Amino acid sequence: MPLLRCPRKSLWLGLGETDVPGLPGRGDNNNGSRLGGLLYYMETREMCFEAKRLFRLALGPVLMLMSAAALAAGAEVSQVNMRPGVTEVGKEIYDLHMIILWICTIIGAGVFGVMFYSIIYHRKSKGVVPATFHESTKVEIAWTIVPFFILIGMAVPATSTLLNIYDNDDADMDVLITGYQWKWKYEYLNENGENVTFFSNLRTPQNEIYNTESKGEHYLLEVDEPLVLPKDTKVRFLVTANDVIHSWWVPDLAVKKDAIPGFINEAWTRTSQEGIYRGQCAELCGKDHGFMPIVVNVVSQGEYDEWLSGKQAEAAEIKELMAQTFTLDELMERGKSVYDRSCLACHGANGEGGLGNAIANSAVATGELGEHLEIGINGVPGTAMQAFGGQMNDVDMAAVITYQRNAFGNNMGDMVQPIDVYNHKKG
Amino acid sequence: MGDHHHGPAKGLGRWLFTTNHKDIGTMYLWFSFAMFILGGFFAMVIRAELFQPGMQLVEPAFFNQMTTLHGLVMVFGAIMPSFVGLANWLIPMMIGAPDMALPRMNNWSFWILPPTFLLLASTLFMEGGAPAFGWTFYAPLSTTYAPPSVTFFIFSVHVLGLSSIMGSINIIATVMNMRAPGMTYMKMPLFVWTWLITAFLLVAVMPVLAGAVTMMLMDIHFGTSFFSAAGGGDPVLFQHVFWFFGHPEVYIIILPAFGVVSQIIPAFSRKPLFGYDSMVYATASIAFLSFIVWAHHMYTVGMPVAGELFFMYATMLIAVPTGVKVFNWISTMWRGALSFETPMLFSIGFLVLFTIGGFTGLMLSIAPSDFQYHDSYFVVAHFHYVMVAGAVFSMTAAVYFWLPKWCGKMYNETMGKTHFWISFVGFNLAFFPQHFVGLAGMPRRIPDYALQFADFNMMSSIGAFIYGASQIMFLYNVIATIVSGTPVSDEKVWDGAEGLEWTLPTPAPYHTFETPPKIDPAHAHS
Amino acid sequence: MIRVSANPTIDTVIKLVTVAVAMFAFVFVVMVPLYDVLCDALGINGKTSGQAYTSVQAEIDESRLVTVQFVATNNEGMPWEFGPSTTAMKVHPGAVNDTVFYARNPLPRAMVAQAIPSVSPARAAEYFHKTECFCFNQQPLEGQAEADMPLQFIIDQDLPRDIKTITLSYTIFDVTDMANGAVAAR
Repeated sequence: MPLLRCPRKSLWLGLGETDVPGLPGRGDNNNGSRLGGLLYYMETREMCFEAKRLFRLALGPVLMLMSAAALAAGAEVSQVNMRPGVTEVGKEIYDLHMIILWICTIIGAGVFGVMFYSIIYHRKSKGVVPATFHESTKVEIAWTIVPFFILIGMAVPATSTLLNIYDNDDADMDVLITGYQWKWKYEYLNENGENVTFFSNLRTPQNEIYNTESKGEHYLLEVDEPLVLPKDTKVRFLVTANDVIHSWWVPDLAVKKDAIPGFINEAWTRTSQEGIYRGQCAELCGKDHGFMPIVVNVVSQGEYDEWLSGKQAEAAEIKELMAQTFTLDELMERGKSVYDRSCLACHGANGEGGLGNAIANSAVATGELGEHLEIGINGVPGTAMQAFGGQMNDVDMAAVITYQRNAFGNNMGDMVQPIDVYNHKKG
Repeated sequence: MGDHHHGPAKGLGRWLFTTNHKDIGTMYLWFSFAMFILGGFFAMVIRAELFQPGMQLVEPAFFNQMTTLHGLVMVFGAIMPSFVGLANWLIPMMIGAPDMALPRMNNWSFWILPPTFLLLASTLFMEGGAPAFGWTFYAPLSTTYAPPSVTFFIFSVHVLGLSSIMGSINIIATVMNMRAPGMTYMKMPLFVWTWLITAFLLVAVMPVLAGAVTMMLMDIHFGTSFFSAAGGGDPVLFQHVFWFFGHPEVYIIILPAFGVVSQIIPAFSRKPLFGYDSMVYATASIAFLSFIVWAHHMYTVGMPVAGELFFMYATMLIAVPTGVKVFNWISTMWRGALSFETPMLFSIGFLVLFTIGGFTGLMLSIAPSDFQYHDSYFVVAHFHYVMVAGAVFSMTAAVYFWLPKWCGKMYNETMGKTHFWISFVGFNLAFFPQHFVGLAGMPRRIPDYALQFADFNMMSSIGAFIYGASQIMFLYNVIATIVSGTPVSDEKVWDGAEGLEWTLPTPAPYHTFETPPKIDPAHAHS
Repeated sequence: MIRVSANPTIDTVIKLVTVAVAMFAFVFVVMVPLYDVLCDALGINGKTSGQAYTSVQAEIDESRLVTVQFVATNNEGMPWEFGPSTTAMKVHPGAVNDTVFYARNPLPRAMVAQAIPSVSPARAAEYFHKTECFCFNQQPLEGQAEADMPLQFIIDQDLPRDIKTITLSYTIFDVTDMANGAVAAR
């Protein structure tokens, strides 16, 4: 279309008098109060210019619509548009979004079309004599009332979709989601036994973030423990936070809910398709706001049941492990992975510190074991050092304290066993 | 008594002690431009880090300081003072008054600003760093978890709030009491109307911001629990109080811009503003409505559905008077005799791009869709369209339009037009792609992002640098004009310009309208 | 129009300054209390009352059961062990129900906690009456001591029939520094 040249000659298609003085061969009738001279005459040459201009203007939204079409045809995740996602609510939201976008595009094309027409034809350089009209009550009323009705038209589907989003009742299962600085905790509420609880940390290594390793496919959108949900099940989310305000957002589920410390918010979802869906924290929550992603793994009911009992077995296993004694090597290996997951962000990959104190050669890590354990388990009130005792099992705590005391050149030779952690907590 | 109207005093003292509205206007404009450069520098750091995925230049904690200061400096240091400067220069001249109603308070309103922004910028060097909780500073990130510099931040907000309140009182008192005889309210230029309404908004909501930061101060230092659940408070209360200020604030930013464009478009269309009365009523409606829509910034916070619906309907309503204004501007152009000097280019740019921002605003007002847009780059794109392509373009147009009247020299038109086109391209390249990444799922206020957002982020950074660079051209043009531009001596610098200021000599003398002008009763508004 | 001063400019200024001061006061005197009142009355944000409910003799609605889930969260670095003794109960609206939350202070020093309740769905909050709750007062615990903290509640029979599950969540905060010496009434 942009390559099409507009015809040199014009076909006069108009009816009646012209309203635009200054063009050769036309009458000088100046009924000044009539807008929309466009409606009274158009020549093919002008139409051509107009169409070209409108095309260029519409390019952006057209790209979006094309991507929507490509998406429907099964293309990759859209990079220019919202996705309908895998829930009914998500599809409703997507449809609403597209309708509003279309309406805005059409109105915009019309409005800008009129403006660009003016820019081209109502120029002083063409010798145009300006009109003098400057008001019209009829027209003002019209363009107040008509948009009002268009808005009502938009508000109706919007209201129904919103009511749908708020329908949190009759869920088949509940998950308590807690936002922490800077990770998520998921707790599956179980009426009949203990809740399955775990933390979900960013899994992307620091090397990828700091550009010494090439970035993986799911850079910044991968976690160690995803939230696993069964398909076709209404899941109710109870969302809260441990410290500051966070927000849990998964675009493909069309769920976003603020996590507010001290309060519980509700949201729900019912997914129709198995798959892995990724999201991020959507409320500024401190330095690693961009580094606490969400991964939801939707599986069949059978796989979910299997996973859940696996998790419960793991919890039981940890209980058994808590009574065991480990070698230094075993503790160091486990401790390093716990350290990388839970301590590195603030204390540095080499224990050099950062937001948190250095661990290498620190008074705590080379000092009394009891005090070191105390800090790890109960944190330091009034600082950013959280009480990790409530966030990791005793085996992990024993391992990470052992690791801290022996890595980074500390070489204390100490070993902490899970039972030591348990006893410390008991007092 | 003798004639005490000599020219301006000499030296630094002139500027420190001036009570002349032209001098104070000039100082506001230069100060705001310096803040624009400072805020722009912070933006360059942000866009440089976001040029590629991965952390290359700064640490995440510092990045958050950059986004926070960028917002604070641009909103409170660049945009708001720039329009106050315009108000100072133009309002007395437009209504036929010799100066502002309270010239000494006018001096204070300005001079408390530079030290305050120095203090705010200095927080970068304090222990714990500058504020890093976003320009919207939600609790408890900004209370319990804030760095020590938060107290200086609170103090700064109080001072610049005071400056705005004093300035607004001055504007209202001037417009209500000092119009030349015969200049009725409905004969005032629209720029004066929009500033009058803006000033009322400011007097009403700046104290609410002061209240919010005072409650923060009390929570941080005096053991209260306004925003802490532990003591029976609620972090969401902060959001309600902040946005009760925050929403009228964005109209405070844009209404004067509407006023500027309403002066420039008629001038370069050589045709009166279409629908003057409707424009006044539309502006007043927007101002009233702005008080009842604040929670559309909080759709995901867990409000009861009735509240969400109310705020959605009220917000959608604002599209009506805003649309009326856009239609009126276009009708002003329709069948005029248009010419496209730089002020007109920026005004038309405003018209197109602000309208696009208005459309995305309408999309955002739809609460269910907003669950996908909220806190994503879609919002960032929206507000940059309305604030940069809206307010900043309008401000730029204003400078080109009135600079010749202020200093008696004409700017370089070719350089002006080049500035426009580079700004236009740079701005759209910077911000249009942000709609895409926002819709595709990129949250805001993150220093690093997933790989699927990389291409558009790179584009956006390039655009931002281009836009930033073009402002240097603007600065050069303005300085060169003042120092050695072609002299202009016609009162009506622009053949289509209407208004009392265009009846004055060029450059405008230090004291003007010491005797009120005669307003022709038959002559309409300008 | 009331004239405060003969000089029209000063008149305008005085009126505007009054508006500014009034808007500042508005925040503290109107917005904060209004927010609290609305939240209490409408149960917005799931805030339930911090005061004991005086129960009125009421019938027990045997026709339906409401599931009440209990959830516990530790705020920030709060190191206490804290949780419900039972994760859920099925109750009849109108009946008086008892349950217990356990708490243990693992640190060697005395601490004081404040539990903040939050009910979901928010619109159920106004129907959830607590006649006795450990959340009414600050809870002190000596170092390494533990306690069972009682909760007694009634679900109002007027609870909308479409609400079948109510979640009561407590977040405990460390208020040792804020403690004003109020001791839990047992």
